[in-house]
Amino acid sequence: MARARFSITQLPGFGLIAIVTFVMLYLPIIILVMFSFNEGVSQSRWEGFSLQWYQAAFNNTQVRDVSLRSLWLAVTASGLATVLATLAALGTTRVGRFPGQTMIYALINQPLMVPEIVTGIALLIFVAAIKVQTGYTGMGYLVAAHTAFCIPFAYLPIRARLETLDHALEAAAADLYASPIQAFRYITLPLMVPGILAGFMLGFVISLDTVVITEFVKSAGQDTLPTYMLGQLRRTVTPEMNAIATLFLALSLVIVTAFFLITRTRGR
Amino acid sequence: MRGHGWKWLLCTPALIVLLLAASGPLLIVAVYSFLSPGNMGGVSWEFTLEAWFRVFFRRDIFEPDLVEWNTAHLQVFWRSIWLSLQTTFICAFLGFPTAWFIATRPRLTRTIWLFLITIPFWTNLLIRTFAIQEMIRNNGTINAVLMWTGLIDSPIQMMFTEFAVLLGMAYVFLPLMVLPLYAAMEKMDFSLVEAGYDLYASRLNVLWHVILPQVKPGFIAGSILVFIPAIGAYVTPRILGGGRTMMLGNLIALQFGQGRNWPLGAALALLMLVVVVGALIFYLRVVGRNDEVRRG
Repeated sequence: MARARFSITQLPGFGLIAIVTFVMLYLPIIILVMFSFNEGVSQSRWEGFSLQWYQAAFNNTQVRDVSLRSLWLAVTASGLATVLATLAALGTTRVGRFPGQTMIYALINQPLMVPEIVTGIALLIFVAAIKVQTGYTGMGYLVAAHTAFCIPFAYLPIRARLETLDHALEAAAADLYASPIQAFRYITLPLMVPGILAGFMLGFVISLDTVVITEFVKSAGQDTLPTYMLGQLRRTVTPEMNAIATLFLALSLVIVTAFFLITRTRGR
Repeated sequence: MRGHGWKWLLCTPALIVLLLAASGPLLIVAVYSFLSPGNMGGVSWEFTLEAWFRVFFRRDIFEPDLVEWNTAHLQVFWRSIWLSLQTTFICAFLGFPTAWFIATRPRLTRTIWLFLITIPFWTNLLIRTFAIQEMIRNNGTINAVLMWTGLIDSPIQMMFTEFAVLLGMAYVFLPLMVLPLYAAMEKMDFSLVEAGYDLYASRLNVLWHVILPQVKPGFIAGSILVFIPAIGAYVTPRILGGGRTMMLGNLIALQFGQGRNWPLGAALALLMLVVVVGALIFYLRVVGRNDEVRRG
């Protein structure tokens, strides 16, 4: 009888726990997606396939409004954050240490370290004070809050990309009589594109997911998709919520996959 | 050589936004925690230590000189810390074998398993909490299955309990434990493991004396990465917990809603910040010491 070869990477029970973990990680999401296609209202009894809840979600004007607002906010905030983070990355990467650098890093990474609820109430206080002074109640507050929150996420991949760039390329451009601006425009910037794209996508996903900060900063009628969902979850939910969540998941999945592919091809 | 001015110039726009919409408001929170509450929310500009006093203590309504511990608050603090520690433990217990499993796959499938862990990491926390809610509701999946098999006659109440919050937090924060553990295991020197077995060490001995010391930095990083958002949790306890299983985040939010005590909310938020920064400093000191040991 052949005995299993002794493997040094094997630890008893680890494989089982890992598989159970993966199943537990995905089962709730799979069930959530499954019942978005349910014919009936039940979220635990399958009554046949139907797209009626997707139809209901599309016909729900409130859902449409908050989804469009979320997308607009994510594109705007992440776009702004990407531009700011690109500039900051150019200022902090591939330059020797300079005074104040640590402070800049600390400021950029600050939103990552402070719990969202603390940032949320801090912004609530600040925004309330500005509102009293200026009377402005537009989307500007949400754009500013989301932009600040997206900056560290956009900064990370852009900086990582810049650090891998070869100085010799720019030196070669300079040797060929390119002005610094031309060298940046035709050499550095095109090479930075994957990092910038990755930064934008990370920022986009983060802005789309942000619920606590939005909840505390938003004025009346400025619900985004996550805050709308948060409000709805307190009531009895129908599979319409599953349908919305499924579409939301699909969007995140597409972006994360694209991000994964972009950052993985970095080495080439 | 050019000066440092241009570097600062490039960073300035980002820093302005960060100061205005992230760091600056935190300073205002610190100021507000020393003011008196306004009648309709907000504050009135009178300096007082009352908010900080009320974080821990309360006065008897009839005899203001009688001071006692604010047990309601202490209970919330204790629950936050205890649930966060339990979450960290559960994530470590499940995350360690999972990370090991991924790290020991062949190169090609490893990428796929890693991707499977990364997806939940980037999908909306609200949706994942909603998925858990669907599982544990009274007419949710788990109860439906248990009743169908005849194991129980009436649904088990799982929503709005500490168990629900714990389950939800462990579920949403698990990838934060697996990823740093995996990173540490990927760098691990497996020839040391082999050497251990060659010297007749048991699996347990190899795990304890060879593997664990090598992945310790990943362990600490993962624990901190889980503990910090767990202490700061707001969405998960709000959805799965409810009023009787409030965590610190919900207590803070309450002061800006029905509580209408902004200074108290500000003081509680600063308290949370202190705990989080404390955990971070602890992490940096432990990791720093490990680095020194390795270099030395």
